[in-house]
Amino acid sequence: MIMTKNDILLDKTTFETFTQEEYMVMKSDLLQPVQKIGTWGKVWIGFLITICLLGIYAYYIQESKSKYVTVSLRDYTMWGVYISNFVFFVALSLIGVLMSAVLKLTHFEWYRPLSRIAEIIAVAAIMLAGVSIVAAMGRPDRLHFLLLHGRIQSPIVWDIIVIMTYLVTSLILLFIPLIPSLSTCKNHLTGKPKWQMKMYEILSFGWEGTAEQWKILKKSMKILTVLVIPLGVSIHTVTAWLFATTLRAEWDSTNFGAYFVSGAFLLGVAGMVVAVFVIRKAYNLEKYLTEMHFDKLGQALVLMSFIYIYFNINEYLVPAYKMSGLHANHLLSLFTGEEAFFYWSVILFGMVIPGILPLFPKMRKPLPLFIITIGVVIAAWFKRYLIVIPGLAHPYLPIQDVPNSWKHYSPSLVEMTIVAATFAAMLLIVTLFSRFFPIISVWEVAEGKLEGKDEIINYK
Amino acid sequence: MKNVNEESSRRNFLKIGLMSGGAVIAGASIVKALANEEPKKTGEMVKVLTADGKMVEVDSSMINHPSEQVLKEHAIREGIAGKKFIMVIDLARCANERKCIEGCQSMHGMLAPIEYIKVKRMQDSELAAPYWFPQTCYQCDNPPCTKVCPVDATFKRTDGIVVVDSERCIGCKFCMAACPYSARTFNFGRPEQIAFTEAHKTDQDKCCTSPSTEGTVSKCDFCPESAAKGILPSCVTECPNGTIFFGDELEDAVTNGEETFRLSELLQKRAGYRQFEELGTKPRVYYLPPVNRQFPFEEATEVHNQAE
Ligand code: SF4
Ligand code: SF4
Repeated sequence: MIMTKNDILLDKTTFETFTQEEYMVMKSDLLQPVQKIGTWGKVWIGFLITICLLGIYAYYIQESKSKYVTVSLRDYTMWGVYISNFVFFVALSLIGVLMSAVLKLTHFEWYRPLSRIAEIIAVAAIMLAGVSIVAAMGRPDRLHFLLLHGRIQSPIVWDIIVIMTYLVTSLILLFIPLIPSLSTCKNHLTGKPKWQMKMYEILSFGWEGTAEQWKILKKSMKILTVLVIPLGVSIHTVTAWLFATTLRAEWDSTNFGAYFVSGAFLLGVAGMVVAVFVIRKAYNLEKYLTEMHFDKLGQALVLMSFIYIYFNINEYLVPAYKMSGLHANHLLSLFTGEEAFFYWSVILFGMVIPGILPLFPKMRKPLPLFIITIGVVIAAWFKRYLIVIPGLAHPYLPIQDVPNSWKHYSPSLVEMTIVAATFAAMLLIVTLFSRFFPIISVWEVAEGKLEGKDEIINYK
Repeated sequence: MKNVNEESSRRNFLKIGLMSGGAVIAGASIVKALANEEPKKTGEMVKVLTADGKMVEVDSSMINHPSEQVLKEHAIREGIAGKKFIMVIDLARCANERKCIEGCQSMHGMLAPIEYIKVKRMQDSELAAPYWFPQTCYQCDNPPCTKVCPVDATFKRTDGIVVVDSERCIGCKFCMAACPYSARTFNFGRPEQIAFTEAHKTDQDKCCTSPSTEGTVSKCDFCPESAAKGILPSCVTECPNGTIFFGDELEDAVTNGEETFRLSELLQKRAGYRQFEELGTKPRVYYLPPVNRQFPFEEATEVHNQAE
């Protein structure tokens, strides 16, 4: 009987070919961050926990004192940084769709070491999106009303449904390929506390790596991978609809769904570069996260920037050409008015630079690309700010005879602390995950190697 | 606290109940009779107008006046049966005296800068004359605000009023984003406001459909409690110039307490219009254009809501 590659993979006995010397090296490389947490690693975790605690304290202040005092939201700008932060995190969570599902299905083999990083960022981001929304609520104690009295015609309810589905799917998609890694952890980690070993044992669900088990694993991964793409696109489209379903001129756009999704993909690539750069440096994984990855991600960055620029032209320049009375105030405040500095910086750092610089191979080296993408991530956050807040500041009927704080929104200390804490919490989730589980999927990389896809780890 | 204007309420405005099918004009002071009780003769005679325009005298017990109890229980979600409340604002009469704002604030127990009714300076173009523009919640017939509410905390009632149930509202503020007229306000728990609300918790003369509570949305509600008792909304009775007319679309009549007009005629003759008709929200508030002004336009000389 002639065995195909797949059979080899599925066959338990041949699976043992993984445990050759080279594979052992790979394993210990990838288990390294889990095996030992250095001083700096601990300092970093401590730092993140501190910010999270500050955020919890800020939230306590916000809820126990008058929101009129602790938060700068007022009747006209009643949605502030919490909502723009929510949109940012929903956008970031699309990283899982792009960097793991799309690449996987289109057989871009270099996805292998990236997929788990992308999945954990996606899961963390979607959780923090939920936290941002609760922070924005006037009555968080009535959160359960959404279940008791939820009405399907409200876009908020659609958003909750798709976000929950996406979260669960992403969690499963993160967990399933983790099972073989868990048994690797169980067998190869030493000197870990008992509970941790027990956790690996329980979570690996008696994984033995039999052909049958591999088959089920692959099949369920495939189904989920296909499923997660439409889900990801819908969470961000529905989030765009939270704005587009209102009658406000600046949000009243049929372009909004696609505009948001394309922005999310750009943010996804940029977030990936940042994550890969940091993880690679911190955990000495240069062998697995290679310059090739930066090269490819740099190219993806250019593509996504241009797509995003395209939708931005549709969103801003077409109405600007007409300058109808309904749009004029809003557009002019962005182009030349109050928000112009932000607006043009976002265009420059968030679209033009990532669209042009990485065209040059030198700029696709790790460090330059890292610097470019840091700019993109920051610009992406402000982009969401610019969509939400100035959009509220120009209603149809003029704002007159109100206190000054009602006219100009600038986030209060409490709001900024909570936003900072959501970022810290996201980084904390990713960091802790990478300290308990191999952040690069050992078996997926090994599988690629076994199938002769050397480019994954031996670039150049 | 300002007491409701008894004079104007006595003055023919709403049909409170139907007796033998005729439109009845009645006052709030009429002795109430519970609908399910055998009416006892009170001996007090009241004049009522029948459908064909005749004035007749009947015993007050014959008038089907909803009791306080029934009013409380008319469940804020249902609305007052057989009514379609409507408002007409005559821009030619507004002189920015802000009495409607004050009356409303005291009726609803809200402190400045929260205004359920606002008066805005509008100028449609450079050459056009400026005018004062009182603005309430328009109680839209196709309300974009109620559509988006995730928990059914804001809804359209059968009597045309859009109400917020502050016991239900989760404070997501989506309805505020959805209202194109910025008619809704949010109770951010301004300390002065909270203290005031607490101090006047038990006041009986307030409109209390669903009083504003911290962390929820509130807005103009056409004072349905008063309407059920046959009393005009505060903004109507407080306006010294009779700018605001209130009434029932089914009855085809609106009044400002002094004058009563046939709604359809008024809108036709005076070219009534609704703000931003093109948005398709179908407001229940009509405007009469600012022509033949009763007062010359004067710029406001003071700012009112400067205090944070
Ligand atoms: S004016 Fe605004 S709040 Fe009032 S019913 Fe219309 S959309 Fe709703
Ligand atoms: S703020 Fe309250 S009334 Fe408005 S949409 Fe949210 S839950 Fe409904």
